[in-house]
Amino acid sequence: MMTQNGFPVVTALIVLPLIAAVALLFMRREWTVRTFTLGVGILECLLCLPLLGYAPDGPAFQFVEQAQWLPALGMTYHMGVDGLSLYMILLTALMLPLCVLGSWTYIAKRVTEFHFCLLLMTSACIGVFAALDFVLFYVFWEAMLVPMYLLIAVWGGPRRRYASIKFFLYTLAGSTLLLAAIVAFRQVGGTFSIPELMEKSYAFKFQVWAFGAMALAFAIKVPMFPFHTWLPAAHVEAPAAGSVLLAAILLKMGTYGFLRFCLPLTPAATETFAPLMIALSIAGIIYGGCIALGQTDIKKLIAYSSVGHMGFVTLGIFLLSTKGVSGAILQMLNHGITTGGLFMMIGLLYERSHSREISDNQGLGKFMPIFMFLFGLFSFSSLAFPGTNSFVGEVLVLIGAFQGNPWIGFAAVPGAMLAAAYMLRLLQRVTWGEPASYKPSWKDLGLREWVTLAPLAALVFYIGLAPALAITTIEPSIERTLAAMRAKNTAMGLTKDMPLAERWLLTGPLAVAGVSDSIRKEHP
Amino acid sequence: MSIIELLPELWLLGVICALFVASLSDRKQSVMTWLPLAAGLGVVAAAAALGARGEFLYATYKVDALSQFFKLLIAFGFAVVTGIASGNKDGKDLTPDYFMLLGLSAWGLMLLASCVELITLYLALELSSYSLYALIPLRGQDRRAAEAGIKYILFGAAVTALALFGLSYIIAAKHTTYIAALATTSWSFADAPLAVVGLTLFLAGFFYKLALFPFHFWCPDVYQGAKNETAAYVATIPKLGAVVVLVRLAAFVTPHMEVTTILAILGAVSMTAGNLAALVQRDLKRLLGFSSVAHAGYVMLGLAAGSAAGLSAAAFYSLAYILMNLAAFYVVCAIAKNDENPSLDDLDGLYRRAPALAMILAVAAFSLVGLPPTAGFAGKLFLLSAAWDQGYHWLVIVAVLNTAISIYYYLSMVRHAYTGESEAPALVAPRGYLVFGGVLAALVLLLGILPAPLYDLAAQAAVALHP
Repeated sequence: MMTQNGFPVVTALIVLPLIAAVALLFMRREWTVRTFTLGVGILECLLCLPLLGYAPDGPAFQFVEQAQWLPALGMTYHMGVDGLSLYMILLTALMLPLCVLGSWTYIAKRVTEFHFCLLLMTSACIGVFAALDFVLFYVFWEAMLVPMYLLIAVWGGPRRRYASIKFFLYTLAGSTLLLAAIVAFRQVGGTFSIPELMEKSYAFKFQVWAFGAMALAFAIKVPMFPFHTWLPAAHVEAPAAGSVLLAAILLKMGTYGFLRFCLPLTPAATETFAPLMIALSIAGIIYGGCIALGQTDIKKLIAYSSVGHMGFVTLGIFLLSTKGVSGAILQMLNHGITTGGLFMMIGLLYERSHSREISDNQGLGKFMPIFMFLFGLFSFSSLAFPGTNSFVGEVLVLIGAFQGNPWIGFAAVPGAMLAAAYMLRLLQRVTWGEPASYKPSWKDLGLREWVTLAPLAALVFYIGLAPALAITTIEPSIERTLAAMRAKNTAMGLTKDMPLAERWLLTGPLAVAGVSDSIRKEHP
Repeated sequence: MSIIELLPELWLLGVICALFVASLSDRKQSVMTWLPLAAGLGVVAAAAALGARGEFLYATYKVDALSQFFKLLIAFGFAVVTGIASGNKDGKDLTPDYFMLLGLSAWGLMLLASCVELITLYLALELSSYSLYALIPLRGQDRRAAEAGIKYILFGAAVTALALFGLSYIIAAKHTTYIAALATTSWSFADAPLAVVGLTLFLAGFFYKLALFPFHFWCPDVYQGAKNETAAYVATIPKLGAVVVLVRLAAFVTPHMEVTTILAILGAVSMTAGNLAALVQRDLKRLLGFSSVAHAGYVMLGLAAGSAAGLSAAAFYSLAYILMNLAAFYVVCAIAKNDENPSLDDLDGLYRRAPALAMILAVAAFSLVGLPPTAGFAGKLFLLSAAWDQGYHWLVIVAVLNTAISIYYYLSMVRHAYTGESEAPALVAPRGYLVFGGVLAALVLLLGILPAPLYDLAAQAAVALHP
């Protein structure tokens, strides 16, 4: 195996949870299982530390690892990290120990299997974000379905069977056509290697079909309006840790897919369909917000708010400007932190009240002040209050939108106001509402619960007050992607106001000068 | 001509003779003490003969890379089926002559893998079929088994007649029955209409073995009616024989000819019909029967492509297919009570009653769907890739959409096993038997993660056919 930095960091991050998962099968006592997985989670976070050495102005892909896999078909084991994936990998690793801590008492049955699934999830998710071979990406992308399905189906709420099957069917049906696209790219581009495919430019007709197949898979995963119906069902029924993983990591795979594949591989189609995707994003923002206003179930409310927040992410991506895309990536990270935190807290609340209804959890401000402080913090972050992390992401996306076309900006702003409306309504009733079912046995947060939430709370402020660090890390990758995209479209002869009939005839020059140089920098 | 080249066939023949002797003796002694081991040694023998090459009997019998690859698979499948049967301690029908017939059928398939002349091919096919005709009704006094036996034999006879009729056309048009000689002539409908019609009819004989639409009607009934162990055999090994012949014949047609188009269309219809019918099944064996109809359709992707990549993909897929189906049937046999047919509801609570079986079933089911990282996914990827390269875009899209249909019924097996609850007592299986099933599941995963060595073997075989 060829590695760039000597120690194969990414492979270690993927293999460690797998080995731990196998080891779990031989453990009997629940306490051992929990402590062991927690230890593995902390180790996983420590293993991530070398990734902080990512050099923003260095080569396009860093921490690259390459090995033969199936030479006959040109499949390679190829891993690497760039600005688009770096923070997603860090977030995935961070979520593992937090999920173990968060479900310490929440999960009471089939403990070993639960942690087995958590570990598999972590491994597969990191694989998705780091894979630089199309087949390898697909392997991880699908492999993650099974543990997530089991998390919902086994440890979920009363309608878990329905929700888990809906989740599985939706996401699998979406990604089957992605497999066809992968096979098609191999025929046209001659390889499964993502960096090599990125260097080439393809005929417009091919791009449209490929974009359609890939965008369907990613749009279902995000989920974009109108493919979002699986999300509320899955979120409501999933156990706390399942919801956290779903919100913090799974949804990001869809948007990551757009950035990693649609923009670089099908640039002309992306530009052609960007208005459509923007329209769907805005529809999602407004629709998610409106539905969230009417919810009485806290988890459902947060789930619909996710639809709105992810709408901001896809909006940012398809603005195709540096501001918009960096806002989108930041928003991906922020949504993971904030909504992950909120779902974790709802899990803690559910352990006390055994209900997710707002009316059963009213008026807790007097009795559980620390809980309400943190809940308020995450809620404010969710509505993008200045000083919190989401504010930065959302403002960047909005700036990008106003730069692109003021009407897009005007259309998206009500979404931000809706977020304030539904979050404040929730917060007001849970804090100051008439206490309905409070019992003195509901303790305020304990030490374990504090430790679970503290890292996320710290990140809310850290990214909110010092966003420059994150932005400077991701911006070079974004600029590289967008520049390559423009170069390819220009080389193809695509102009802004070209009618579709003429675009349809465009054939791509297979290689575009300038694009190869920037991506080839991978091997210095 | 050396013994080593024919080692797999000779070894299996020896085992059959030993079984014959055992069936003559009066003592009611089980052959299970030595049979799985002997069959396992057969796998070693087949692996040792992988590199053998040669021609026998006036060049009608050829030992080449393709035949050795499939002989290894057949020997492996036979060994696994005897292993599965070893778990059934109180099966009254598992007598030495039962295994002798099973072995004879496998032996016929091994010969089939090496036949390169159409009449020899036909004889080998019949040899493998005759013992199955006798095996399928063997299930105590079960009437459904008798019905299944009659269905199988009637269908088999009709299709065989059809195939022979087709063979007569081929001989009339081409004046030869050697595959090598046939390969050098043109197979377009314009040049040789009679031969193309004949070939299509001849292929029907193998479509029947493979249970490809519209020759699949026997398949669910026979799986349901036959003993669990017999069903495990019928569902897997005979398909290998059909695939190997189809691979040989597909090597001399090129994509987008009439014959290949028929293959592609039958494949598309077969996977769709199989998957849709499987959606409503409750009987596990019947469900797996319809699933095998769908999988026969997937194999057609590689055969229709006809390129070296397509043929090796078809060979690789049949390997993946027998592995995952044997793993699934292993679970079916292990959970069956008193040789009854298990239904989906019998899987309820399996995670608690037998955690190892539940996990093996999950691996098998997800592999049958084609989810990575399993052998089923690797095989499907190769098939799709080969078909797309040859321009069968519509077929690839039909195939991937079928994956979406099939997920529902495979998932419901996993759902019953992992989320269903039942009061049934725990299933106890001997540790060695569980390890054996675990190895099957591990192989399914391993072949998905590291397909390279076996894919290269399959590719080697295909390149020899299709330079």
